[in-house]
Amino acid sequence: MPAPADRPPAAPILSVRDLRTWFLTDAGPVRAVDGVSFDVHPGETLGIVGESGSGKSVCAKSIMRLLDAPARIVGGAIHFRGRDLARLDEEAIRAVRGREIAMVFQDPMTSLNPVLRIARQLVEAMTAHGRFTPAAARTRAIDLLRRMGVAAPERAVGSYPHQYSGGMRQRVMLAMGFSNEPALLIADEPTTALDVTIQAQILDLLRGLNRDMGTAVILISHDLGVIANVCSRVLVMYAGEVVEEGAPEDLLTDPRHPYTWALLHAAPRIDAEAEDRRLVTIEGQPPDPRTWPEGCRFRARCPFAVDKCAEHPQLLPAGEGRATRCWVTQAGGALHTPARPAPLPAVPRPEAAPGPLLQVTGLQKHFVLPNDGYFGQPRVLRAVDDVDLTVSRGETVGLVGESGCGKSTLARLVTRLHQPTAGRIVFDGTDIGSATQAQIRPLRRRMQMIFQDPYASLNPRDRVGEILAGPLRLHGIVDGEAAARQRVAELLDLVGLPVQSARRFPHEFSGGQRQRISIARALSVGPDFVVADEPVSALDVNIQAQIINLMVDLQERLGLTYLFIAHDLAVVRHVCDRIVVLYLGRVMEVGRAADLFARPQHPYTRTLISAAPVPDPRIERTRRHVPMLGEPPSPLNPPSGCRFRTRCPIAEARCAAEVPPLQDIGGGQFAACHFPGKF
Amino acid sequence: MLRYVVSRLGLSVVMVLLATLVIFLIANTVPGDPVLMQLGDLAASNPATVAEFRHHWGLDLPLWHRYWIFLDGMLHGDFGESLVSRRPVLRDIADYAPATVELASIAFVLSLAVGLPLGILAAVRRDSWIDHLARAVSLIGVSAPTFWLAFVVLAIFYGWLDIAPGPGRLDPVSFPPTPITGLLLIDTAWLGDWDTFRDAAAHLVLPSIVLAGSTLGLITRTTRAAMLEALSQDYVRVARAKGLRGRAVVTGHALPNAMLPVVTLGGLAYANLLAGAVMTETVFSWPGLGRYTFTSAVAVDFPAIMAITTIVAIVFVAVNFLVDLSYALLDPRVLKR
Ligand SMILES: Nc1ncnc2c1ncn2[C@@H]1O[C@H](COP(=O)(O)OP(=O)(O)OP(=O)(O)O)[C@@H](O)[C@H]1O
Ligand code: SF4
Ligand code: SF4
Ligand SMILES: [Mg+2]
Repeated sequence: MPAPADRPPAAPILSVRDLRTWFLTDAGPVRAVDGVSFDVHPGETLGIVGESGSGKSVCAKSIMRLLDAPARIVGGAIHFRGRDLARLDEEAIRAVRGREIAMVFQDPMTSLNPVLRIARQLVEAMTAHGRFTPAAARTRAIDLLRRMGVAAPERAVGSYPHQYSGGMRQRVMLAMGFSNEPALLIADEPTTALDVTIQAQILDLLRGLNRDMGTAVILISHDLGVIANVCSRVLVMYAGEVVEEGAPEDLLTDPRHPYTWALLHAAPRIDAEAEDRRLVTIEGQPPDPRTWPEGCRFRARCPFAVDKCAEHPQLLPAGEGRATRCWVTQAGGALHTPARPAPLPAVPRPEAAPGPLLQVTGLQKHFVLPNDGYFGQPRVLRAVDDVDLTVSRGETVGLVGESGCGKSTLARLVTRLHQPTAGRIVFDGTDIGSATQAQIRPLRRRMQMIFQDPYASLNPRDRVGEILAGPLRLHGIVDGEAAARQRVAELLDLVGLPVQSARRFPHEFSGGQRQRISIARALSVGPDFVVADEPVSALDVNIQAQIINLMVDLQERLGLTYLFIAHDLAVVRHVCDRIVVLYLGRVMEVGRAADLFARPQHPYTRTLISAAPVPDPRIERTRRHVPMLGEPPSPLNPPSGCRFRTRCPIAEARCAAEVPPLQDIGGGQFAACHFPGKF
Repeated sequence: MLRYVVSRLGLSVVMVLLATLVIFLIANTVPGDPVLMQLGDLAASNPATVAEFRHHWGLDLPLWHRYWIFLDGMLHGDFGESLVSRRPVLRDIADYAPATVELASIAFVLSLAVGLPLGILAAVRRDSWIDHLARAVSLIGVSAPTFWLAFVVLAIFYGWLDIAPGPGRLDPVSFPPTPITGLLLIDTAWLGDWDTFRDAAAHLVLPSIVLAGSTLGLITRTTRAAMLEALSQDYVRVARAKGLRGRAVVTGHALPNAMLPVVTLGGLAYANLLAGAVMTETVFSWPGLGRYTFTSAVAVDFPAIMAITTIVAIVFVAVNFLVDLSYALLDPRVLKR
């Protein structure tokens, strides 16, 4: 029941007051949520942002009372429709869960029970509260799935989750969430695990459901763009408290808390030309939730701190409909535009000879998948199909595309971790496409890889010093222990880690620090070509900015050439000179970063860019959104002709018949489309 | 599904063949000369007797020929004659097997009936008294040596308290029923001979408890671990967020997933029970395959040993096949990859 617009806002349906949820561990309480208060009004969309560990999820789980030991609500109240959820007994809170408040979780791949049919999982959500008979619930499940945009819902209900993609599963989760017409839906990072195109579809859906059903939504995300796209009010959390609150229009354009300010400046923007590749970062890490510092919890990292900040600030109004927890802005102080970090002291840069360092032509990689059992044709997956690619010395080339389009396979091909099925890979004049591993070995020193998950790629049993010295010895780069130690110390210094780190193990480092270690390892052998496969995707924006800055600095100092893979278009635009757009193993478009974003010629590039949200609601509203239809088809069975044709808004008959060649548009831009620039 | 079944079946046949080859090779290369064992020192000193003996048992043929004979016989259900009893091995085995099948099945059902609920409850009420109990049960069950356990229970319940019958399948004064299946409980029930039924059941109590011990421990431990794993999955949190009752979350969501490793373990454990009851059968004078294996091994009775090992291999492969099938039924992801 959405409130009529002309009346004053109705009383909040949810009021969280001074909520404290601690993990009562043997080593003392971890004060994950420590004094959080906020309201949610009927039909409202409230966003919660904050970096990893700021307490967003714990807050959501506290409302649903889904906390597992040793987590406990140790203080505060959660008023919801006249009850205090923090004090309900198990039976009473069970009646609220899924009926009055529903929740959608981050990872749709693990949120559905793999051994139960989708119908059963949807139906029980409705029958558990006695509102529907099983038969009625089943009919309703089909209707809901149709509303969520699931194709052939009658068939879908009879399927098992593994038959569906992540996007489809998240639609099922949303159907489940809305099945009992709850008053409030909590969505904890509902699109983080999805591709940007699918994310746009899900966010659209969420907005539509909120509008049509009047369900209030709490949307938790670390992505300011997502929040700006959906929410009418935002909370920023830091160190277990709310530090700023307001409408996204105000908060994201004119932040009143230095932490919000830092978040905004650390994130690269898809809609802005960057004159400098270095991003603004804040030093250090969030404080330890066991011992919050006295005074302002952001003080140790705050560039605006004053003496008064030794006292703990309160969340107080700071203008129309907004509040902040900062002494300086409460007193009317302004947060100035940031100074860019100074580049590292200039080291005479090795002059890169012009010309291509890597030239790839007609590259193919086909994986033969074993068919189940011992009969039938083996299936062939064309992960990379006829790709041409040139990387010049000193250049950064970005590789973008939805998951499964062959980005990582291509990266492994050019570094010859995979053996190509066909095609030439010429690295600095040597064809390594068909070379044996022994022939490539001398070149290994010159091309190195960095991976997304630094933890998985570092041996947990080796000390960091050993991890870095290993490749040095392997390639016979240093003589003797002393020289190896010396070089390890230099490498650690190069990536901004203290020299003592050499004696510690990988697990003793944070995600960002581990990524620094794997960069140091890649650099240890003195490569000139570095392939980075999603190097910042698992990191919070601030850490991401630090790593990007490090990579930019290292490129300048050492004259490195990068092949940079990321699914975040803003990051790619920010760090890359040229961008290659891949779709189902084929190149769709190539061009200079600025041109490609300003004038995308290929319909796929165009839709991809329009799907990426911008953290500014005013710009968001004026941007033209081109809906990306459906999901990528299976690479086992790609469409004939143009591979993009099943999702292309301007496809014609010719597109199914002829494969469009990669044609020169001019200005170094190429597009594989029969009608470039028409869309 | 059919394709899956057929391919698993093909694989099973290949595995059985491989197993027979390995068994044959091992049996024919182990030290211990059957001639000496069978004929005794005196007769073995007479070359003519030895040659005649070797010829009679085909021991003078080349290895591959003997394997072929063995395979061929096996396909016709003929494993040769026992060197000891001078009867077809399969007849011997048919006499001994029912006792073992009966004991192993009871023990298996017992360990499932106790182990599954115990493991589930231990996982749901983690760190409660029932969890500690489950941990004690699995620790004792897995680590207590079987023969020791067998002696202890026999000494306590038969020797000291005298509330359990002594060793053997029946009291010496009971009349065994005419064998139909050879499983006493079934045969006596079929014939309506309830006195003997009770006697047979009473005799099963102690040995089946002893035999169940280690299986019970394993099943409890695996169930508990699998349930803990399943309960920590995201879909369990989702199920709770739907507002399902705690019982429905445990039995409807966690349990079906937790059953997957338990089925694998259970199958292997049952095959193990069928194959490896030597200790228990010896202590309880149980006329089963374990005892037969033991005496055949001591006598280096090649045909018997090979028949037993082959049958054990077949049992293992068959159980494995059944486990694969139930996997496909329990987990939809198995069939469609
Ligand atoms: N089982 C646990 N035991 C102890 N501390 C925990 C446990 N789970 C979470 N925490 C702590 O609680 C705090 C808040 O965690 P929470 O998951 O709410 O963060 P978040 O803001 O949702 O982060 P993310 O963006 O990574 O999802 C963190 O400091 C975290 O280390
Ligand atoms: S109160 Fe002080 S330390 Fe805290 S955010 Fe404001 S200026 Fe920075
Ligand atoms: S070739 Fe046709 S289907 Fe492919 S992108 Fe161009 S217009 Fe669309
Ligand atoms: Mg979280």
